Amino acid sequence: MIARLRIAAAIALGVTAVAIGGAFAQSSTVDEIAKYREALQDGNPAELWAARGEEMWTTPRGPKRVSFATCDLGLGPGVVKGAYAALPRYFADAKSVMDLETRLVWCMVNQQGISEGDATKIKFGDGSARRSDLEALAAYVTSQSRGVEMKVPVNEPHVRDMYRLGEQMFFYRGGTHDFSCATCHGEDGKRIRLQDLPNLTKTEGAQKAYTTWPAYRVSQGELRTFQWRLNDCFRQQRFPDLVFGSEASIALTTYLAGRANGAPYNGPAIKR
Amino acid sequence: MADPMKIRANVVGDSTEVKVLMNHEMETGQRKDAQGKTIPAWFIQNVKVTHNEKVVLNAQWGPAVAKNPFLSFKFKGGAKGDKVKITWTDNRNDTRTDEATIA
Amino acid sequence: MDTTRRHALKTGGGVTLLTLLAAAGWLKPGEAAAEDWNKAAFETKSMDETMKALGGGAPATSADIIFFSTPDIAENGAVVPIGITSKIANTQSIAILVEKNPNILAAVFDIPAGTDTSLSTRIKMGQTSNVYALVKADGKYHVASKEIKVTLGGCGG
Repeated sequence: MIARLRIAAAIALGVTAVAIGGAFAQSSTVDEIAKYREALQDGNPAELWAARGEEMWTTPRGPKRVSFATCDLGLGPGVVKGAYAALPRYFADAKSVMDLETRLVWCMVNQQGISEGDATKIKFGDGSARRSDLEALAAYVTSQSRGVEMKVPVNEPHVRDMYRLGEQMFFYRGGTHDFSCATCHGEDGKRIRLQDLPNLTKTEGAQKAYTTWPAYRVSQGELRTFQWRLNDCFRQQRFPDLVFGSEASIALTTYLAGRANGAPYNGPAIKR
Repeated sequence: MADPMKIRANVVGDSTEVKVLMNHEMETGQRKDAQGKTIPAWFIQNVKVTHNEKVVLNAQWGPAVAKNPFLSFKFKGGAKGDKVKITWTDNRNDTRTDEATIA
Repeated sequence: MDTTRRHALKTGGGVTLLTLLAAAGWLKPGEAAAEDWNKAAFETKSMDETMKALGGGAPATSADIIFFSTPDIAENGAVVPIGITSKIANTQSIAILVEKNPNILAAVFDIPAGTDTSLSTRIKMGQTSNVYALVKADGKYHVASKEIKVTLGGCGG
């Protein structure tokens, strides 16, 4: 959790305080990279994770030998189709707004009898020896929302509060480099080395970005979720560690997912 | 036993198109772990694809094939319902065979 | 001493001897057992050595070998899509060689009659390099190459 999230707006000390490399990439380079990304789409290793996750979904597990058939992701117990496109959402039984991973952990703990420590032992996998059940489950569940229109219930009061908190976090500057999410993602035409940065303050940018997570990250050789993406953003901003499933992570997820409303969900994707 | 492959075999005109994703680390033997020790090479060496027992592709791979390998190719013939079988063997003598029905 | 050699010396023959013969050019790969792995070819570090280990000499450049769905720039060298089509009659095999990789040979595909001489896969590239598609047709070797720029090395760190 961010140690102390002071809601009072920080004073912006300058518009372009941080040099990120605002020059546009050469358009031919951009085209070639687009071709690379296009060629990657055919045959996404994320399907291997989704296959594992699908098996996990229907297999009884934990001390209570219960499968995920009783796990309600928001559309009814065991209903997976379209569920991710409507997350995060408020769950009365948990009395909180949850994203996919926190909801999966909740089901594992409360229905399957698995301890929270065990359920979150491996959040982000590392090779075939250290695989994350959560990543496999996420790959499966999200694959069942492919093509479904994003419909995060942003008007529900609890979700709306999270959305607003996430929005403030997005623009909040902090850490050693005085970064906010907006520093990298608040303007057109920014990039880090050869990586174009999506402008998340524009609907088109927000939709394209959110609907392509989880994704098989080639550079990781792993299927990575939005919790991972935010955690990595925090690392890159030199912020304190973003705790997995924390209110802060859910607030930001709710904001960014809500900004993607109306667009068809496109994951799991494949990225560099 | 290694994890299953994801195989798709589809009739395209008078041919069958096969696309397969394999679960494998394809470790090059170049990487070092956090302690500085070299992670040993571990990779698929042979891939064999058969259609109705006839070999339609035979491959020898080195560690430079990407992790979680993907392969796509076509062969003449094949009808809906036929079986395509793929076997890989790696340098640890581990092996995996999966079958798919042509759609 | 690697264990396959030790084993071969103990049993007095077998796989290793065949691959040594293949590397010396006395026996073409493919004439050995189907499940053989051309160890010599996969461990050579120069283009010439690799071509020799594969049984070819100096292949002729061919415009009938085409790269498809193969980008000029790979955002990450760990996964580089390579598609190769050989329009040369009686193509028997297609090999992929990466000039600047620690080991040059990435893969060899033996293509029986009836299978399209066109395939795509993904390889790792350690750095920007020429990638060669080496085709064996009617016992003769042909080659085409393409430079692929890599923005992040894909073999090690």
